[in-house]
Amino acid sequence: MAFQIAEDCIRCWACVPLCPNGAIATDTAGFRIQPNRCTECAGDFAEAQCASICPAEGAILDAAGEPLNPPGSLTGIPPERRAAVMAEIRAR
Amino acid sequence: MTSDIPRQEQTGACRARGCGERADALAHLPEPIRRRVHNHPCFSEEAHQHYARMHVAVAPACNIQCHYCNRKYDCSNESRPGVVSELLTPEQAVQKALAVAAHIPQLSVLGIAGPGDPLANPERTLATFRGLAEKAPDIKLCLSTNGLALPDLVEEICAHNIDHVTITINCLDPDVGAQIYPWIFWKNRRIRGRRAAEILIDQQQRGLEALVARDVLVKVNSVLIPGVNDTHLEEVSRVVKAKGAFLHNVMPLISDPSHGTFYGLMGQRGPTAQELQSLQDACAGDMRMMRHCRQCRADAVGMLGEDRSAEFTLERIAAMEIDHAAALERRRRVQAEIEARRRAERAPRGEVRVALASLNSALGKHRRNRPRTEPERPAVHIAVATQSGERVDQHFGHAEEFLIYEASAQGVRLVARRAVDRYCSGPAACGEAEAALEAAVRALEGCAAVLCAKIGFAPWSRLEAAGILPNGERAGEPIAEAVASVYREMLDAGELEEPVGELPAWQASA
Repeated sequence: MAFQIAEDCIRCWACVPLCPNGAIATDTAGFRIQPNRCTECAGDFAEAQCASICPAEGAILDAAGEPLNPPGSLTGIPPERRAAVMAEIRAR
Repeated sequence: MTSDIPRQEQTGACRARGCGERADALAHLPEPIRRRVHNHPCFSEEAHQHYARMHVAVAPACNIQCHYCNRKYDCSNESRPGVVSELLTPEQAVQKALAVAAHIPQLSVLGIAGPGDPLANPERTLATFRGLAEKAPDIKLCLSTNGLALPDLVEEICAHNIDHVTITINCLDPDVGAQIYPWIFWKNRRIRGRRAAEILIDQQQRGLEALVARDVLVKVNSVLIPGVNDTHLEEVSRVVKAKGAFLHNVMPLISDPSHGTFYGLMGQRGPTAQELQSLQDACAGDMRMMRHCRQCRADAVGMLGEDRSAEFTLERIAAMEIDHAAALERRRRVQAEIEARRRAERAPRGEVRVALASLNSALGKHRRNRPRTEPERPAVHIAVATQSGERVDQHFGHAEEFLIYEASAQGVRLVARRAVDRYCSGPAACGEAEAALEAAVRALEGCAAVLCAKIGFAPWSRLEAAGILPNGERAGEPIAEAVASVYREMLDAGELEEPVGELPAWQASA
């Protein structure tokens, strides 16, 4: 079992020093979790550290590819609201 | 870049930004503190005409989320906190700072303000300070933080000779905080809601107290969010001052929907210029408020109000050949000259005194004509468009910023600067050119008149409709004299007859 980092990552480095296994590689092409190292923090922390500090919704995925912080869960912005306002701005 | 003459001296760009006030806004501070901030452009209103600052973007991580911040944002045309174009390693940051210090000899301060929270990245932040302290010991170090990690890092801050710390404190009440901060990361967990705000507030207050106890200068920033903390900030101001913060800076919420922040997308509005000024006045008390803050980007370089970071990209820095010893020597020389000039400028200026004297006699005449029960000191706000910062010499349509003067029996004093569309300098796609006039009218809210060199017919009509008297008759005159004259004309014309209490006359009649 291992988490993954999706394209929504903003490369803020917040997760890197927190990972108890040093599993987060900071490649210039994008940050990624090395699957052989990730333990999902089992045995180290009650909550997965990368997913607990990550500010970007949708950036950290579980083993099944589901976002641990789905849209709206961190910013409080309902996804439909974001979509509506963005569409309005584009239409200007 | 290659000229030995500092750019500000060539162009007067800072003056164009409206640094008309010569009075020392730090006069109320104890002498030891004044000595420590006298060349800090962000703290001393007067110093910002002379000295430059730079922010280095070494701190990308954050440990909280604020509803006015979008962590995804990176736009080179934006100028506001939390936004950067290029993230630096500590080594790159030191290299950049040395390059800037060699090319802008007025550089007196290096700050770390993000794009995340400097103290959520303590190793990167402190390594940058260590590197710079070793190679450019004359540059002052400061940082800006949300305060969550502050109490645990006070020792480190003192050990690194960080002289100034800014804490952003938006509230003391966790119920207010819960409307501003959706979560914090605390002791290896994400905490939400009221409990998160409670922890953050507690850490901020403990950090403030600990820094003051260690003699570190602390400034407090607050973001004014109408309907959320507007009625609460007076108390914040009172408490942080009582605990020893030496300055409190209330800044307006920036909440353009296109920035993608919670407040922007949810329709939370920012304060009007008038609301901001009223609150700044209410918080002022015995302490001058910062009125010249430009809410800089986390990688801004240069004098306040300008950003020269594009001249100092990593690529460009790599191509520079710099003699650091000579650069240090040049900074010392240039800054000594600046100090000599400031001493000379502190001498009283005759023309202003003449203007105020005639103003007072006009007021005396005015008072004699009024029943004794009426208020004695009608005050009005008069806006000025100026390029030089000394005279009424800018076309209304060219003004990016207005200086707001208060004219009253006590004289004429600068009370605010209000920018027009100040946080976007990008192409038309970023904003609407046709909205510029409306933005200017908004910036002038609460002003009885606006003095400028020239003004077109359309803006003239629009201003009149908004109850703001356009005035191009004082073109070329020194600002204080022009404002005094217009005020006198208004008194003589009986335009200031309304009672003036808490609300200024123009507002009471609106």
